Amino acid sequence: MKTRILGIVALAAVALATYVALAVVPADLNQGDAQRIMYPHVASAWLAYLSFGVTALAGIGWLWRRDLRFDSVAVAGAEIGVIFTAFAIWGGMMWGRPIWGVYWQWEDPRLTTTALLLALYVGYLLLRRLTDDPDRRATRAAIVGIVAAVDIPIVHFSVEWWRGLHQTATIASPDRVLNPAAPMVFVGTLLGMVAALTLAWAYLMIRRYQLAEAELGREERARIERLVSSRPITTSGEVAR
Amino acid sequence: MSDVGFVIAAYSVVLGGLALYTLTLWRRLRAVGRDDEGT
Repeated sequence: MKTRILGIVALAAVALATYVALAVVPADLNQGDAQRIMYPHVASAWLAYLSFGVTALAGIGWLWRRDLRFDSVAVAGAEIGVIFTAFAIWGGMMWGRPIWGVYWQWEDPRLTTTALLLALYVGYLLLRRLTDDPDRRATRAAIVGIVAAVDIPIVHFSVEWWRGLHQTATIASPDRVLNPAAPMVFVGTLLGMVAALTLAWAYLMIRRYQLAEAELGREERARIERLVSSRPITTSGEVAR
Repeated sequence: MSDVGFVIAAYSVVLGGLALYTLTLWRRLRAVGRDDEGT
């Protein structure tokens, strides 16, 4: 019930944040309406970082405690992170074309490392399909999830470390946290969109975790059934021990 | 395509994608529940 309420609140928050971003906040003086893409683009990128960070931490949790609930959290983070990374890339392409003149440029470090991040976690999800053994799957996935997370700071700081088309951080840079480059009306709208999409993220994480747990239970029951059916049965119909 | 066209394309995919993924999750959860009832 609480999760359902969270879903309704998230839906209302995303609707309100979208309305503010599209119809209330003025267009940027230089970029015009195209700048409105910044709100879901930046929010999606942050949620991708958060998702993959959760996957890495849950992977550490599995390796440390050997509790499969950590693995359920990890797969939830990876799957939802892939979706938000795809949203961030799509939003960036739609913003880039009218402002930069191109949808994509492989020479840009931010774009390329983000594409790598997407590929790494798609690989993570594919890797999980290679075995039905939950423990082996969780261990392999945890190692890949932790190693792949190294790309998160590389993506984030790529705009500071190397030159490219992509602008530097708008607010989440050490020297700009209290002095953002963008006007406060834009920053406030951005934070509103981040908050709204974070609520949606939390709802999806809970539901995806529940799905992972349900799938684990189904796998376990199927394994027990296979074990029972493979044992010899006596003439009276009893399963031999 | 105009700036507004790019804005519509960006928001449509993000919001539509979120809605689609949510619906897919619900269906997958229901499917697992049904399988459990069947076993």
